[in-house]
Amino acid sequence: MKIRFLLNGETVEQDVAPTATLLDWLRETRGLTGTKEGCNEGDCGACTVMVRQGGVARSMNACILFLPQLDGASVTTVEGVAGDDGTLHPVQQAMVDLHGSQCGFCTPGFIMSMATAHLNGARDFDDQLAGNLCRCTGYAPIIRAAEAAADQPVPDTLRRDPPAPLGDAMMPETADALAALYAAQPDATLVAGATDVGLWVTKGLRDLDPVIFLGRCADLQTVTQTDAGLRIGAMVDMTRLRSLMQGRHPSYAEMIRRYASQQVRNAATLGGNIANGSPIGDNPPALIALGAMLHLRRGDTRRDLPIEDFFVDYGKQDRAPGEFVEAVTIPDQPDHLRCYKLSKRFDQDISAVCGAFCVTVTDGVVTAARIAFGGMAGIPKRAKAVETALIGQPWNIDTIATAQTAFDADFAPLSDMRASASYRLETARAMLARYFDDLAGNAQSVLEVQP
Amino acid sequence: MTSGSVAKPLPHDAARLHVTGQARYVDDLPMPRDTLHIAFGLSTIACGDITAMDLDAVRAAPGVVAVLTADDLPFANDVSPSIHDEELLSSGPLRYLGQPIFAVVANSHLAARKAARLGQITYRQDTPILTVDDALAADSRFEDGPRIYEKGNAAAAIAAAPRVVAGQLELGGQEHFYLEGQAALALPQEGGDMVVHSSTQHPTEIQHKVADALGVPMHAVRVEIRRMGGGFGGKESQGNALAVICAVAARATGRPCKMRYDRDDDMIITGKRHDFRITYRAGFDENGQILGVDFTHYARCGWAQDLSLPVADRAMLHSDNAYLIPSMRIESHRLKTNTQSATAFRGFGGPQGMVGIERVMDHVAHDLGLDPAELRRRNYYRAPDQLDLPEAAPNTTPYGMQVTDFELHGLTEQLLNSADYAARRQAVADWNAQNTVLKKGIAFSPVKFGISFTLTHLNQAGALVHVYQDGSVHLNHGGTEMGQGLFQKIAQVAADRFGVGVDAIKITATDTGKVPNTSATAASSGSDLNGMAVKIACDTIRDRIAAHLAETHQAPLDAIRFVGGRVEVGSQSYSFAEAAQIAYQARISLSATGYYKTPKLEWDRIKGRGRPFFYFAYGAAVTEVVVDTRTGENRILRADLLHDAGASLNPALDIGQVEGAYVQGAGWLTTEELVWDDNGHLRTHAPSTYKIPACSDRPDLFNVALWDAQNREDTIYRSKAVGEPPFMLGISAYLALSDAVAACGSAYPALDAPATAEQVWTAIRRVQDGL
Repeated sequence: MKIRFLLNGETVEQDVAPTATLLDWLRETRGLTGTKEGCNEGDCGACTVMVRQGGVARSMNACILFLPQLDGASVTTVEGVAGDDGTLHPVQQAMVDLHGSQCGFCTPGFIMSMATAHLNGARDFDDQLAGNLCRCTGYAPIIRAAEAAADQPVPDTLRRDPPAPLGDAMMPETADALAALYAAQPDATLVAGATDVGLWVTKGLRDLDPVIFLGRCADLQTVTQTDAGLRIGAMVDMTRLRSLMQGRHPSYAEMIRRYASQQVRNAATLGGNIANGSPIGDNPPALIALGAMLHLRRGDTRRDLPIEDFFVDYGKQDRAPGEFVEAVTIPDQPDHLRCYKLSKRFDQDISAVCGAFCVTVTDGVVTAARIAFGGMAGIPKRAKAVETALIGQPWNIDTIATAQTAFDADFAPLSDMRASASYRLETARAMLARYFDDLAGNAQSVLEVQP
Repeated sequence: MTSGSVAKPLPHDAARLHVTGQARYVDDLPMPRDTLHIAFGLSTIACGDITAMDLDAVRAAPGVVAVLTADDLPFANDVSPSIHDEELLSSGPLRYLGQPIFAVVANSHLAARKAARLGQITYRQDTPILTVDDALAADSRFEDGPRIYEKGNAAAAIAAAPRVVAGQLELGGQEHFYLEGQAALALPQEGGDMVVHSSTQHPTEIQHKVADALGVPMHAVRVEIRRMGGGFGGKESQGNALAVICAVAARATGRPCKMRYDRDDDMIITGKRHDFRITYRAGFDENGQILGVDFTHYARCGWAQDLSLPVADRAMLHSDNAYLIPSMRIESHRLKTNTQSATAFRGFGGPQGMVGIERVMDHVAHDLGLDPAELRRRNYYRAPDQLDLPEAAPNTTPYGMQVTDFELHGLTEQLLNSADYAARRQAVADWNAQNTVLKKGIAFSPVKFGISFTLTHLNQAGALVHVYQDGSVHLNHGGTEMGQGLFQKIAQVAADRFGVGVDAIKITATDTGKVPNTSATAASSGSDLNGMAVKIACDTIRDRIAAHLAETHQAPLDAIRFVGGRVEVGSQSYSFAEAAQIAYQARISLSATGYYKTPKLEWDRIKGRGRPFFYFAYGAAVTEVVVDTRTGENRILRADLLHDAGASLNPALDIGQVEGAYVQGAGWLTTEELVWDDNGHLRTHAPSTYKIPACSDRPDLFNVALWDAQNREDTIYRSKAVGEPPFMLGISAYLALSDAVAACGSAYPALDAPATAEQVWTAIRRVQDGL
C-alpha cells in the first residue's frame, strides 16, 4: 500500500506492508532510533509519538501502529519536537532542569506524551502519562517538569498541517464502501485502532492478509442523537467516548479514565472493543447495564440486537462472516449507572473484575435492574439471578444481602494471574454493597481520599 | 571539602541527550550493513530432557542464515557468573521453562523471532520442583545444607522471654523491568578478535565469558558500554547469554551479530529477585525490648546458582536491620527449583532480610499495643557517642561487626517531626473509628544497609584519566552508567580535582580495553570505588603539573592551586589549558591510572564473622495508606523520606535515587506479582500482566530530603552510596497496609507480600474472622 504522511515536517511517500509498524519503520528503515521499543505491546509508552490527524493531536504507541493508519497524518517523533534551531521544547527543557530522566530510555516516550498534553492544554498529568512507565524516577520529577512547562507557549512547528492522504482500496472512506469490501472479502482482518490486532502481529507474529483499515470511514465516527438514544459510531475512539459519557454517565467516564492509557484510548475504538469479543473488555459490561443496542451490518443488510446477545461463548460472537459493528445506541435514561473496575494497578491494567450496575428504584422498590460483569465468565455477562433477586424488592440492605447470595447462580469465575476465583466472586458481591452506598450518596473509593 | 564542582545539584550528564532522543543504547548503535540478528528457541517444559530436535523448519524459514545448538559451540558452553552450571544452549537437560535450546541467526530481528518458534523439540518430562515446599521435600538445594549465623543463644533467649510471637511470611520476587531489554552486538575483528557492545553492569564478566566461549585469551575481546536503559541488578549476569551467543555467531558467520530480547522473552528467560519464605520466633519483654529472634530463610534460587549464595548471605546480614538484638539465629536455605535463576536485584537480598525483621517488629508492636515507631527506637543500635558507656553491651551485629556510625537516632527524630507522625497516627486512629469501609494505616520504618561487596576482593576499582594539551580531560573508569548518574558524579569529582568546570571533562564509555579487571557496577559501590580511583588518577596528574610548576617557578608545592579553571602559582596564574601545554612541552606525562581498594574489610562468610562492610547507609520513611476493606484496593496517600547519602556528591541525583527507589520498593511489596502456573510457566511475562507502579501510584504527597551529615568513614568527599539503600524505604508502605488491615479486627494481619488488593483483602478477612 502506498501512503503519504508528514514525518517531523518532511513529507514522506512510501510503499508499505499493511502490518509494518511505525516503530520498526522509524528505527530500522529511517534510522530514527530516538523512539524506543520497551515492550512491543503498547503497555510501556517508550515508543510514544505524536500523531496529528483531522485537526487533533494524539499521543500514540508506535509499536502497535500500522503504517497505513498514518496515511494523511502528521507524525512527530522525539527527534522532531525541538525547534529547528535546536531550542528545546518546554517539556524537554523542564525535564533537564528538574531531573526528569535517569536511565533515559523511557524519556523520549514521556517527552512525546508531555508535548502532546502540552499542545492540547491538558493538565491532568497523571492520566496523560498513565501509559508511560518509568522504572527509575518514581515519576515525581517528571510530573514536576510537566507542571513547570505547562504555561510555556507551544512551538509552531508542532502545528504543521498533514498532507492529503493518498488513499487505497483497502482503506475505505465510507461505511458503504467498507460493507461492500468486507462482504467481498469476509476473510479480511479489520483494523480499527490496532490496539488488539497489533499484538497479533508483534507478539503472535501472524501474517495478516488481507487487511482492511477502517480509520478513514468518517461516517463510522459520527455520534448522533436519535429517538432511540445516543448512536455512537463504531470508530469513535475511547478518548472521545470518555468525553461523551462525562455528562450522561460520569461513572462510565471515570471507568474509561482508567481504561488502558491515554495512548491506547486515543487509538482504541468502541467497535473494536466490542467486536473482539474479549471477556475482559471494559465497555461491554457498562453497555449491557445501559441496555445498549448493537448495530451490525453485512453488505446492505443491517440488524440490531441487544449487546449482551452478541457474546455467545468464549471466543464466539453472533457475527456472520463479512459482518461488522457499525454503531452502538445507548438509550436515553436517568443516570443510575455505576462502573467498578477492579485491577492490580489502578491505571492501565486489565480488569480482574469489571462490574456495571444500573438499578431503578421507584418509591423505594426496585423496578428494574441491569447488572453485568467482565472477568467473571468466558463472556461479558449479565447477572440475571442477582437482578431477579432485586426486582420487586424494597431497596434496602436486607435485599442487598439476599441478592448477594445470588451471585453463585450467575457466575463461576476462573483463577488466573489477575485474581483467584473466590476473590472475583466475593468482590463482585461486595460491589453490590458499594453500589447501594453509592446510590445513597456515600461514595467510597480509595481514589477519592485525599492525604 | 570542596569549593568546586562536587556537591552541586547538576543535571545528569546525558539529560539533554535523553530528552532529544540522541542518547544511544546498544540497539541504537548504527549497525554495519551485513549485521545478523539472533533469537533463542526456548524450552516449553520446566524439567526434563531433550530426546529429539527437528530444526528443519527453522533452517528453512525466510531470512535464516544459521541455526546453532549446543553441538555447534566449539568451546565453553557456559554463561554462569559463578560455578559453570548454566549452559548457553542446553545439551539435553532442561531445568526451567524458558531455557534457551537453540539460536537462530537471521537477516532481521523479526525473521529470527519467527523462525525460533518453528523448532520441533521432543521431550522426556520430569515433575518439576517449583515451590519452596517442593524443594524442601526433594532436598533440592545449593550448598550442602543451610548456612547458619548466630549471635548469643537465640533459642534460650526466646525460651526465657516474657512474651513470644511467631509467624511466617511469604515474600514475592520482583521482575527488574529495566525499560531497555537485554541487548548485545558483537563485531568480529581481524585475527579472531571480538568487540562486543553489551548492555551490562559487568563488562569484565562479559569479556571473560566471551573469551571462554571463543577459546581466546581475554585480551582478544574488548567490551564497551556507554549506558544502559536501567539495570537494577538485572544486567549483572543476565546479559551474558546474549553477548556470548552474538560473539559465537559472529565468529561462525564472520558477520556482526546482534541480539535483543523481545520483552516477553526477556521476562521468561532472565532471573528476577529471589522470593523468600521467612519463618520467625521472637522473644521480648513487656517494654518491647527484643531479647532473641530466630529466623529461617527459604530462598527460591531457581535452576542455577548464579549469585544466589551472596544474595542469601546478604539477606542474613540484614536480618538485624537497625536493631541491637542480644541473641539472634539465622538459618538460610538456598533452594534449587525449576524456575528462572533468581539473580541480583537492587538490595541483593538485603530487602528480604530486612522485611523479615520489620515484620517481627510489626508483630511485636501489635502484640504489645505499642507505637511501632517507639518500639523500633527502643531497640536501635547505640549512637556513636554512646559506645563507650561502661555498662553498655557491645554494639555488634549478629555477624560480629561493630556498628560505629549509627545515624538513626537523630535521623528518626527529625523525620518523625517533619512528617508530623504522632498527630497523623492519632488522625488515622480517628478516621478508622469513624469509617467502616475505608481504613487508613500509617507506618514508620528505618533502614541500615551495609556498603561493600561481601566477596571482599570485588572491592577494588580502576580509572584512566588523560589530560590533553588543550586542557580538556578524558575520563574513564570501571563503573557503568545505568541511569544512576554515576558518570555525572564522577565527572564532578574529576572537575573538582583539576579545579575546572564539568564541561571540561569528557565522559567516555566503559571499556575493558581502558580499565581492566573491573567489578560489576553493583552493591551501590559505583561512586565509592570509581570516585576514589578517579580522584587518585587526577591527583597523580595534578601533582605532576604542580611539581613542574613549583620547580620552574621556584615556588613551594603548596603554593600551587587548581581553582576556577586556572592554575595559580603564587602571584602567577595560568589557564588550566596553558598549564597543560606547559607540562606537555616539558615532557610531563598527562595520563594516569588510578587504583582504589576499600580498606578495613575482613569477612568469613562460612563462619558469619567479621567486617563485611566498610560502613552503613541509613534512612527512614513514614508512609500513610488507605484501604478499601470490601475489595482490598489500596493506595499510598503520603510518604515522607529522610535518607543518608553522607556529604552528597550531587544532591539532585541522590534525591532522584531516593524517590525512585522508594517507588520501586513499594511496587515490589504491593502490585508487582509474579505468578507461575503448575507447569512452571511464568504467566506474568509482560507489562500487560506484571504491574510495576505507574505515574499515579506514587504518593500523592511525597516529601523527600537528605540527612545532612558526612560519612564517618573516609569515602570520596565523605559521601555515601545511595543506589540500593533507599529501596528499602518502600517497606514502610507494606507496613502501613498491615496497619490498615490491623484496624479491621483484633488479630495480627500476617500480611504476605506482594500486598496486592487480593492479598490485602485476604488478610482483612483473616483479621475479621479473628474478631
